[in-house]
Amino acid sequence: MDELVLDGNAAAGALAEIYGDDMTTVLAECASCGRVDPIGGLVAFVHAPGIVLRCTACATVMIRIVQTPSRTRIDVRAKRIPPPPETAR
Amino acid sequence: MPQPFITRGFVGKRQDAGGAAGRIPPGQHLVKDFPVLSAGPTPRADLRTWTFRIEGLVKEPAQWSWDEFRELPAQDFTKDISCVTKWTKLDTHWRGVSVDVLLEHVDLDRSAAFVTAFSDGGYTTNIPLPELLNGQAFVAYEYDGKPLAPEHGGPARLVVPQLYFWKSAKWVRGLRLMERDQPGFWESLGYNNHGDPWKEERYSGD
Repeated sequence: MDELVLDGNAAAGALAEIYGDDMTTVLAECASCGRVDPIGGLVAFVHAPGIVLRCTACATVMIRIVQTPSRTRIDVRAKRIPPPPETAR
Repeated sequence: MPQPFITRGFVGKRQDAGGAAGRIPPGQHLVKDFPVLSAGPTPRADLRTWTFRIEGLVKEPAQWSWDEFRELPAQDFTKDISCVTKWTKLDTHWRGVSVDVLLEHVDLDRSAAFVTAFSDGGYTTNIPLPELLNGQAFVAYEYDGKPLAPEHGGPARLVVPQLYFWKSAKWVRGLRLMERDQPGFWESLGYNNHGDPWKEERYSGD
């Protein structure tokens, strides 16, 4: 791990824009290893073309977010997280 | 921008005139440092087990160990690079193996038209095959005369300098030849399948 790593709170704004609510306390379960953490506690990579939230145990991708000038898109791979609105997929 | 106090007596390189003009794609700004972008943790490859592989629509896959890869004919490349996050860096110096050299070791199926580059950590990116040919792309293992640092994709990264730099997959472990374009890690979530900086092909459908 290095200085580029933040926690999932770094994605709070983008997630609130998508879901219309604070998502950082929502629990997310890794589809690969089963580890459960609140979204705000996931490992976040934000110095990239998008935001990537990964499992704290096995680094599997749990959520990806890309913000383009016209829309924000999300790909949820973790379990337990409510499905995002159709317009953000 | 006015530049007061510069006289004709100074003949050193000017930073933004001459050479740089016309080399910075639209919407980009010039940087002197080398920003590090990553979608995941930096893998630390074990060179004893590292391999580079060409697979997919080829008669027989080709695979090299690290030592074998380092014995392939290498070249020096000086290239301008542009990241979709809007920085451009001029005259970056690399050493590595041209993709042309790698493809000499396989018989390509005639239907091969696209490539997925795949990396340690699961990253993928898709590139039209012609963008990798004729000396345009290479697998680099040195930057500025030193072994390529892990944060910049070492031990080896793909470099496709004429496309946005997310196409230049860090920690690359192989190329998969395909008939159809298959969106990679960023392309599957809205980034452009082609990614030409001069056409500002940043996103798909925008």
